[in-house]
Amino acid sequence: MHPEFEAVIGLEVHCQLSTQTKIFCACPARAPSGVSVADLVSNAHTCPVCAGHPGALPVLNRKVVEFAILAGLATHCQIRRKSVFARKNYFYPDLPKGYQISQFDLPICEGGFLEIQTSSGRKRITLQRIHMEEDAGKNIHMPGYSLVNLNRAGVPLIEIVSAPDMKTPEEAGAYLRALHAIVTYLEICDGNMQEGNFRCDANVSVMPKGSKTLGTRAEIKNVNSFRFVEKAIEYEIARQIEVIQSGQKVLQETRTFDAQKGVTLSMRSKEEAQDYRYFPDPDLIPVQIQESWIDELRGILPELPEQKKSRYVQSWGLTQYDADILTSSKSLAQFFEKVMERLGKSKESVNTLAKLASNWISGELIRLVNESGQDLAMSRVLPEHLADLVELVHQKTISHTGAKRVLAVIWEAGGTVSEVVEREGLRQVSDASALDPIIDKIIEMHPQQVQEFKSGKEKLLGFFVGQAMKETSGKGNPSLLGDLFKKKLLGD
Amino acid sequence: MSLTTDAIVKQFPSVKHIHDAFDSKKLSVFELTQSFLKSASESRHNAYITLCPELALEQARAAQVILEKEKKVPREKLPLLGIPLGIKDLIHRQGVRTTCASKVLENYIPPFSATAVSRLESAGAIVLGKLNLDEFGMGGSNENSAFGPVIHPTHPDRVPGGSSGGSACAVRASLCFGALGTDTGGSVRLPASYCGIVGLKPTYGRVSRYGLTAFASSLDQIGPMSRTVEDAALMLDVLSGHDPLDSTSDLRGATQARIALSREINWSATRIGVPKEYFVEGLSAEVQSSIEKSLQWFESRGAKLVPVSLPLTPYVISVYYLIAVSEASSNLARFDGVRYGVRPLAADHVKDLREFYTQVRGRFGAEVKRRIILGTFALSSGYADDYYRLACQVRRKMTEDLQQAFRSVDFIASPVAPTTAYRLGEKSQDPLQMYLNDIYTIPANLAGLPALSIPCGQDRDGLPIGLQLMAPHFQEEPLLAVGHALEQWQKGESFHAS
Repeated sequence: MHPEFEAVIGLEVHCQLSTQTKIFCACPARAPSGVSVADLVSNAHTCPVCAGHPGALPVLNRKVVEFAILAGLATHCQIRRKSVFARKNYFYPDLPKGYQISQFDLPICEGGFLEIQTSSGRKRITLQRIHMEEDAGKNIHMPGYSLVNLNRAGVPLIEIVSAPDMKTPEEAGAYLRALHAIVTYLEICDGNMQEGNFRCDANVSVMPKGSKTLGTRAEIKNVNSFRFVEKAIEYEIARQIEVIQSGQKVLQETRTFDAQKGVTLSMRSKEEAQDYRYFPDPDLIPVQIQESWIDELRGILPELPEQKKSRYVQSWGLTQYDADILTSSKSLAQFFEKVMERLGKSKESVNTLAKLASNWISGELIRLVNESGQDLAMSRVLPEHLADLVELVHQKTISHTGAKRVLAVIWEAGGTVSEVVEREGLRQVSDASALDPIIDKIIEMHPQQVQEFKSGKEKLLGFFVGQAMKETSGKGNPSLLGDLFKKKLLGD
Repeated sequence: MSLTTDAIVKQFPSVKHIHDAFDSKKLSVFELTQSFLKSASESRHNAYITLCPELALEQARAAQVILEKEKKVPREKLPLLGIPLGIKDLIHRQGVRTTCASKVLENYIPPFSATAVSRLESAGAIVLGKLNLDEFGMGGSNENSAFGPVIHPTHPDRVPGGSSGGSACAVRASLCFGALGTDTGGSVRLPASYCGIVGLKPTYGRVSRYGLTAFASSLDQIGPMSRTVEDAALMLDVLSGHDPLDSTSDLRGATQARIALSREINWSATRIGVPKEYFVEGLSAEVQSSIEKSLQWFESRGAKLVPVSLPLTPYVISVYYLIAVSEASSNLARFDGVRYGVRPLAADHVKDLREFYTQVRGRFGAEVKRRIILGTFALSSGYADDYYRLACQVRRKMTEDLQQAFRSVDFIASPVAPTTAYRLGEKSQDPLQMYLNDIYTIPANLAGLPALSIPCGQDRDGLPIGLQLMAPHFQEEPLLAVGHALEQWQKGESFHAS
């Protein structure tokens, strides 16, 4: 970034809650399993309440409150004992009642924080509030006319608002990832960003370094991937600095991010901003929350990323970096923990095994997952496979290359580790007597190299081992081979 | 038998009498329903917007079958069996259009019934049709209807009052036996008073609002309108009780008001509050003397009259209109023509979304537009603190004042309106004059209290005068009991007078 300026970034995250039914009626909030939201018949999931018929009244879904409280507890927020739903009034065809039921001055959660980890260390980001609200429907624009699909209208959301505590795109990305991990760990949101189930608005401003006065901010709307958020903010910071340096003023406005061009574009300025005329919704009574309910929910909070991370470091000696990767999603962490459960029986070398397991998961396994675009939970590679694999690698029964091959085979076609090792003949030859004739043969074939090695050119050991590997078609145990060569040629 | 409905109600003035007549086979449900349908369709009062003869006759046939099987009316199980009722056209009956007396909704057929209507039907009632009103309940004279004004049942040059003008007129003119009205600032009680019938606004939360088109959600209540207090009690017992579909519905079960009517009233322990701020300039002398006569009768029974003070009375109108229009501006936002209601066609070549909205929402009547604009203003940023939020604060204070008053009295008595029914067109050019008419009825809505309007006399033109009795929250049973006693005395009086 420009040395004379600093950026101020705050994020508003909309998180679709994965309740069975909508926030104020009994309509399904999600497509049935196996069906994509996009394939659902338009307006199939609607009723007089979520379609905004006259006389229909909202009745609050208790599960939504429960999920919002869980989000609040996981982010160290205060839970309001009495919170109030308010109407946010504006006209748009995808908004059936002409107002969105949201929360305004009395949101359910206030004043929490989140820990993030970036290249410059750990940092605490303050959360201003979390509130509950309903989603709107979707307009579909056709040539000459538009259609409205209200399946999404009334699906519950929580909006999580951070303080303007972040200074770099990297911090914003880290915050967003940390928040994503929390809501998916809590299983209150599926975290699907492509479908907009976890989406983010970024407020960005810049000011001269050390200044106490915040610059004019722009709001970048609905960015739907971690990488795009970072890119959009990076672009926006540079743009605002350029505006200021050219002697102009940054305008308060709403902008969108064009992911293809990597730029932000103006949507509407402050003058065009809406007056939402918030007031308490008279159709709903205040949400009163009993202390005992909060205690009950605190009791069912799952282990969260931060707690998992420190447990991994403490009990398995993993590095902070490794622990970060393994806890970045609940499914990955669960996978790792199941691997460790199976390996845990051999207590003495548990730290080494953990490091090996971590390397294989965050290296080879994640590569396979990313390349295929498949979900880890749906893959043929099960935690027990990885545990067995790690065990064999650790015992040097199979080589690194062999292990990669085993993983690839199971990923494609399934099977157990021992089956694949046997079928593919990947077991390393670790029997000195079996290797002896091969070593003798190679010494015989390369007298010159033997001479050089004996006179001090130690690098040639690799050459001998390589030749032996070739001879055993990769099955020889390389470190054993090295030892045997040294013994034979140098006599120690 | 081909009695006119006027003759029927004269001979059988309450549900109890109709049921006796069913039991003794003096009346048949089917013929009774036919008679009411006939007078409703022949009437020139414009009380109905939609009549539903097919539905009514089908329900009558079903009632007939039950009656033949049971021999007698099962009064506990089906307390309204075979009673032909009308529904204010702001409340849904599934499959029958709800217009709200608006051009915006003239073709709207609701896919569900209001809880209140379902409950009446489950109690055996027959739905004759949907009754005229001021558009969306906004008005006090029933002149603001896209389907034309309702004519006063006895004085055709007068207004019937509003907004439940169709309901009041239909009950008084024997176009239905009883009716549902809705009351946001007096819309049940004022027309009941102008037309000389009984109207009850229950405690807020007593009757479910599910299926009632909202005007001002924090003030709206559905209430029974009937020929007698006993019938109002009977209807309330059917309508009341918690409804899980309305979050503001009270958790209490149904009332037992009809039984409460037969209990002896302990008059010497009854204290009736008379607010000094209510009997001031602007109150017609004839109305005042009628009210005073009723108060004297209460006193003669042994009740104590207690002067009370409601010092915020001068702010009642401002507070009410700020809150009501604010909520209305939001409640009526859904009428955008996108999902239902009247909308431009492709052939109208609407240029953009703004023009679409303008065409749809341009169909609202003048009073509705006025209130939407006022409400939008009162809620806008920069003004909401001075208008909407300040009004809410004063409303809380007014509620406290009333609750304070009810620590020393059991009821508060007042006129329903400062005058009797005025002439058609007399006030329609002066909205402020019209608004001032609501001064006595509004406090019950602001505080969520139950209030009853009962006929208590006539002026020199023979126009009815109504007495209002207000009670503490959820005290409908004693309220109706006292109203019933007053009604019995009134009937004796008018009998002697004639």
